Amino acid sequence: MNIQAPQAAPDHTQTGRMVVRFAGDSGDGVQILGSEFAKSSALNGHDLITFPDFPAEIRAPVGTTFGVSAYQIQFGGPLVLTHGDEVDVLIAFNPAALKTNLHSLRIGGLLIIDEGAFTKRNFKKAGYEGDPLEDEALGKYQLLKIDITARTHEAVDAMGASKKQGDRAKNFWALGLVFWMFGRDRKETLDWIKSKFAKAEEVVAANSGALNAGHAYGETMEIGADLAARPQQADMPAGTYRAITGLDAMSLGLAAAATCSGMKIAYCSYPITPATGLLHGLAKFQAKGVITFQAEDEIAAVAAAIGASFGGALGTTGSSGPGIALKAEAMGLAVAAELPLIVVNVQRAGPSTGLPTKAEQSDLLMAMYGRHGEAPCAILAPATPAECFQVMIDAAEIALKYMTPVIVLADGYIANAAEPWKIPDVDSLPDLSPNFRTDPEGFHPFQRDEKTLARAWAIPGTPGLQHRIGGIERGANDGHISYEPENHQDMTNFRAEKIARIADDRPAITPDRGNTSGKLGIVGWGSTFGAINGAVNELIKAGEDVAHIHVRQMSPLPNGFEDLLRSYDQILVPEMNMGQLVKLVRAEYLIDAKGLNQVTGKPFKVGKIKDAALEMLGAAK
Amino acid sequence: MNQQLTAKNFTTDQEVRWCPGCGDYAIVNAMRKTLAQIGTDPSDVAFVSGIGCAARFPYYIDSYGFHTVHGRAPAVASGLKLANPELDVWVVGGDGDFLSIGGNHLFHALRRNIDLNLLLLNNAIYGLTKGQYSPTSPPGTRSPSTPAGSVDRPANAVLFALGAGARFIARSADTLPNHLPEVLTRAHAHKGASLVEILQNCIVYNDGVWGGMADKTTTQELSIRVTHGEPMVYGKENDKGLVIDFETGTVSLIVESDGPVAERATVYDETSWVMANAVARMEGQDVPTAIGVIYCDPAEDYITSLREKIPFHQMNKSDLKDLLYAGGTWTKGA
Repeated sequence: MNIQAPQAAPDHTQTGRMVVRFAGDSGDGVQILGSEFAKSSALNGHDLITFPDFPAEIRAPVGTTFGVSAYQIQFGGPLVLTHGDEVDVLIAFNPAALKTNLHSLRIGGLLIIDEGAFTKRNFKKAGYEGDPLEDEALGKYQLLKIDITARTHEAVDAMGASKKQGDRAKNFWALGLVFWMFGRDRKETLDWIKSKFAKAEEVVAANSGALNAGHAYGETMEIGADLAARPQQADMPAGTYRAITGLDAMSLGLAAAATCSGMKIAYCSYPITPATGLLHGLAKFQAKGVITFQAEDEIAAVAAAIGASFGGALGTTGSSGPGIALKAEAMGLAVAAELPLIVVNVQRAGPSTGLPTKAEQSDLLMAMYGRHGEAPCAILAPATPAECFQVMIDAAEIALKYMTPVIVLADGYIANAAEPWKIPDVDSLPDLSPNFRTDPEGFHPFQRDEKTLARAWAIPGTPGLQHRIGGIERGANDGHISYEPENHQDMTNFRAEKIARIADDRPAITPDRGNTSGKLGIVGWGSTFGAINGAVNELIKAGEDVAHIHVRQMSPLPNGFEDLLRSYDQILVPEMNMGQLVKLVRAEYLIDAKGLNQVTGKPFKVGKIKDAALEMLGAAK
Repeated sequence: MNQQLTAKNFTTDQEVRWCPGCGDYAIVNAMRKTLAQIGTDPSDVAFVSGIGCAARFPYYIDSYGFHTVHGRAPAVASGLKLANPELDVWVVGGDGDFLSIGGNHLFHALRRNIDLNLLLLNNAIYGLTKGQYSPTSPPGTRSPSTPAGSVDRPANAVLFALGAGARFIARSADTLPNHLPEVLTRAHAHKGASLVEILQNCIVYNDGVWGGMADKTTTQELSIRVTHGEPMVYGKENDKGLVIDFETGTVSLIVESDGPVAERATVYDETSWVMANAVARMEGQDVPTAIGVIYCDPAEDYITSLREKIPFHQMNKSDLKDLLYAGGTWTKGA
C-alpha cells in the first residue's frame, strides 16, 4: 500500500519527519505503548518530541470519549521542535478514540483501527449513531481495519495466557506492528518487558508474544513498507543521548545539584497532578543525595523544605497551581528569612481544579506577585523537557549563592513530553558548594555579601553562631527584630536589589532563531518554545524578517532584554494564558507588544503562530 | 562540654516583650534551667515557633531560633530534623498555633513520631490578637468575638495527642517551677515526638483560667501528679485517691476516711493508653486535673525507621553518572 503525499497545505511535519498518534481507553496501555515507541525512535537516531495526552480520570468507564488516553510523537530529522500539528498515522483502539482523535489526522493520513472494538455497543458509548467506519468522510484517509484484539488472542491464547492477559497485551501487538512499519528492532522492548514484568512470567510471555505477533503480521501483510524510509536521522551534536521527560530531567537535575553542592537536598512535597512525578522520580534515588518527604499538605511541604534549608540542607518543594497558592505565605517567610529554597510549579490549567492534566502558563503573575508584601523571588522557566536538567542546577546555584527562593515554572506539557537529551559530562558541572559561615567574629545573620547582597548563612550546629531569624522584619545592621520605618525601607530595597543583581550573573538574552533586529520579534517563554521556533523557522525560510526570542529567566528579566525588544518593529507574545508575559513587557518597558493567547489545555500549533505573525507582518506592509 | 552550663548560657541579650506577670516568663526560666541541666551545647539546640505570644520564645533562649509562620512550626521543625537529625529541636506554640491553625501539622508530627519536643503553652485565649476565645476556651467564654459567650466545646490537647498516636504526652503548668523542669527533662529524654501541654496564665485576657489547680496554695487539692508505678494519691495530706474502672474507662474519687487510699488507689502505668485516656479526661469538677507524664510508651522515631530502610548517602559523581546513563542511551558520532 502507499501513503499519499501530503495534500493539505499546512503540513509542518514535512518529509523528514513523521507524526504518529496512539489513542485508546485509559486502560489500554497507550502511554506504555507510546513511551516504548519513543524510546525505540530515539535509539534509532531520530530526534523526537512526544505529547502524552491523558484524561484526569484514572479509569473512566470503558469505551467513553472522556476515558480516551492518547500519545503523540513526532520523530525524524534533522530537527524536531514540536509533537506535530497534524498526524500522519493514527492508531485508534476503539470508536471513542476515533471520535476524539480523527480531527488530528491529516488528509491522506493512515488510520489504523482495532476492528474488534468497533461494535454496536461501543459505537453507542462513543456517541456514534451508526458505524463510523461506513461514514464517507473517512474516504479522505487511508483506512486499515485490523481486528487487533482477535489477532492478539490468537497469538497469546496458545501460550496459555488468560483472557485478561490477552486483552491487556493488545498494546504490545500494536507496538509490534508499528515497529515493523518503521523498521525497528524489538530487542530493547523485549528486554524491557522482561525486567518490567519480572515478577509475572506469564505476563512477560503474553506481552512478548503479542509484540512478535504484531511485527509478524505487519511483515506478512507488508503494512506501511514505504514508511520506514521517510523519517530522517537527527542532526544533533555528537554525544551520548537518552530520551527524557521534563519531570525525569528535573529529578536528575536535583540529583546533580546534590552532587555538585555536596549538600543534602530535601524534596518535600504533597501529591498533585501533574507534579507528582518529581516526588516519584526523586524517591527512586533511595536517599542518595536527595531525601524525599511526603508532607501532610502543601503548606507543610514548603514549611518542611524551609526548615530543611534552615538546617543546612537545600530545601525544595514542587507542586502545581492549587498547591503553589497554598504555599504562598511560607514562600514569603523564605523571602524574609532569606533562606535558599526551590519551588517547582508544574503549571496546569486553572482556576481552581481547572483541567488537572492539561498544560497552561497562567501562573507567571502568581510567581511574580502572588505573595503578600514586597516579596521578590528569582523565577526560571525551562523551554523544553531536556532543559529541565540544567534549570534545576541553575536554580540551586542561584538559591545558594543569593540566599533566596527560586521558582521554577514548568508546565504539564514539558513535564510529561519527552525528547532526546545529550547527557552532560559530570566533570563539567559547576561547583555549588555552599558558603557556610563559621567565623563568629562580628557575625550577625543579616551581614551581606557586598557583591551578591546574600546574607551570611550560619547553620545550627555551628559553635558560637547561635542566632534567631524569622518572618518579622530584621534590622539591617544587627539582625534583631526591628520596627524602624527606615530599616523596613532599606531591607525591602536590599531584597529587591539582591534579586535584580542575579541578572548580572547570567547570560544576556539573544534570539533563539533569526536576527537581533527586524520587522517582528516573537517572544515566548516555557513550553511554547517548539511551536514558536518551528513557526519562525518556516517564516524565515519563506523570506520573512522574523526572530524568536525565548525568555528563560522571568525574574529578574535577563540583561539586554529591553534593548533587544526595541530592535524589532513589532513584538508578538504567544502564551498559553490570557496575556501575562505580554503584560510584564508592556509594564516594564512601555513597549506596545501584542499577545497571542490560547487556553485550550493544548499546546500551540506551529500554524497558529505562523498565521498570527503573517497577519502582523501583512498589516505593517 | 567540660564547663557546667547554667541558665545564663541559654539567655539572650534580647529584652523580653511579654506583658508583666505573664506565665511565659516562668516557662522560659524553667526551660533555660532544664537546658542547662541537660547540658547540650547551645549551638546544638534549635527552637522553632509559629505565631502568637508563645511563639516569641526563641528570642529569649540562646540557641538557633526560627520564628516562622502561624501554625506551621511543627512542619518547619520536621524539615529541620530531616536536614540535621542530631539537633535538639524544641517547638513552641500556643493553643491557637498548635490546635487551631496548625492542628493538622501537630497531628502529623505526633503520628510520624519525629524526634521533636513540642511545647504547647495553653492559656485558652488568643492573646496577641487581643483576647478572642481559642479552641481550648471553656464554653461560655466571653471575648470580643463571642460577646454572648462561646458555644464550642473545647479541645483537650492530651486526648488529641493520644488520638494522633503520640508516644509521649505530659502536662504541667507555669506555676509549678519545680515540676515543669522535671517534665521537660523527661520530654527531652524521650526519642520521638514529645508533647508537653503547659497550662499557662494570660494575666491580661484570661486571668485565672486554670483556677485553683494552677495556684500554689490549692494545686495539691485540685491536681494529681501521676507517677509511673505509684498509686494515684493526692491532696496535701495524701488523703484522696483515684480508682480507674477499666470496664467503663471512668475515674472515681476515693477518700482516706473510707480506708487507706494508698492501698485502694489504682497504680499508675504511664505505658497504658487506657489509663492515659482515663486521666486525660479529668477536667476539674469532682476529680483533679492530671499533671505529670501522662503517657510514655516509646516507639522507634521517624528518622531512625527511615534510615534503617534507606541509609542516607551523599551522591558522588560516579553515582550521578550511573543515574544519568540509566534507561537506554545511544551515541552519535562526530
